[in-house]
Amino acid sequence: MLGFFHILLFWTIGNTISYLTGNYISGNVLGMILLFCALRAGIVKAHRVRPAARFLLGSMGLFFVPFGVGLMVSYDLIAQHFWAILIASVVSTLLVLLSTGGIFQKLLHKQ
Amino acid sequence: MISNLLQSDMFLLTLTIGLYCGGVALYRRLHLAVLHPTLLAFVALIVFLKIFGIDYTHYREATRILDFLLGMSVVALGYLLYEQYERLRSEALPILVSVVVGSLVGILSVVYIARAMGADHVLLNSLAPKSVTVPIAIAISEPLGGITTITSVVVFLVGIFGSIVGPRLLRKCGIRNLMARGLALGSAAHGIGTARAVEMGAVEGAFSGLAMALMGIITALLVPLLEKSCY
Repeated sequence: MLGFFHILLFWTIGNTISYLTGNYISGNVLGMILLFCALRAGIVKAHRVRPAARFLLGSMGLFFVPFGVGLMVSYDLIAQHFWAILIASVVSTLLVLLSTGGIFQKLLHKQ
Repeated sequence: MISNLLQSDMFLLTLTIGLYCGGVALYRRLHLAVLHPTLLAFVALIVFLKIFGIDYTHYREATRILDFLLGMSVVALGYLLYEQYERLRSEALPILVSVVVGSLVGILSVVYIARAMGADHVLLNSLAPKSVTVPIAIAISEPLGGITTITSVVVFLVGIFGSIVGPRLLRKCGIRNLMARGLALGSAAHGIGTARAVEMGAVEGAFSGLAMALMGIITALLVPLLEKSCY
């Protein structure tokens, strides 16, 4: 439970900072960075967060399901531009996979 | 009576988790990449809601807690970063360069291809953040006047597609380094890719989580800029 508390605590702090800075970066991403910093600084002990983090990360796929079900209502909108959306998204996703992975591997070999 | 039960929040949430667990079990047994548990659960749920005439807003309310858990799991990625800190630190520059390039490629390619195929400006803004995790993608497209329902569905489908195709494509193209594979999955397929990467191993998981976080931040900074100057 302590792990959940820490995660929620840093999320709350992240949200507050995000709000104060005009929502430029979302609160949960800031929370992630803050949790990382707190662990590094030793303010939070890793073994206290581990069980909660493992649980959440292990079931991440589930948490996205409701967004996908949204296809039910946005189907008509998407159908109007079906091919543009499909081809652009597919090609772009493949390009990101290859460019990020490829460049990183190249830079790694150079060192 | 039955329809009351089927419409209850408790039932819809139980059904969602049950279908996902069923998907995980099936995926473990058959080991077919196409049988992604998230994909199975989402298709089965749409069929179910259509058959019983339950509307999406009601379903969304009933499963609100999953949004909450998603937010928590993004924060939990901070723990994964901590675990892999030494590795991350020694490769900080290559990581940053490759994710920035990935973000640029991701935004510009989706925007230019969609525009060439006749998409209007509103649609372009809805698609531009398609490689980043749902909560961040919506935070990017909404202020630019994008249609958030399109954004969230496209982001979801991109995540599924990337995590199904990604591992095999990377292997075929000779990208075998564990860190590179993690980064690629997290950059292209955000949280769904990261869920897959966590399954592949601790190194892949941490790098994917990091890539997803960086990608979210960098894309959030780049999209408003590129929107003004490039499309």
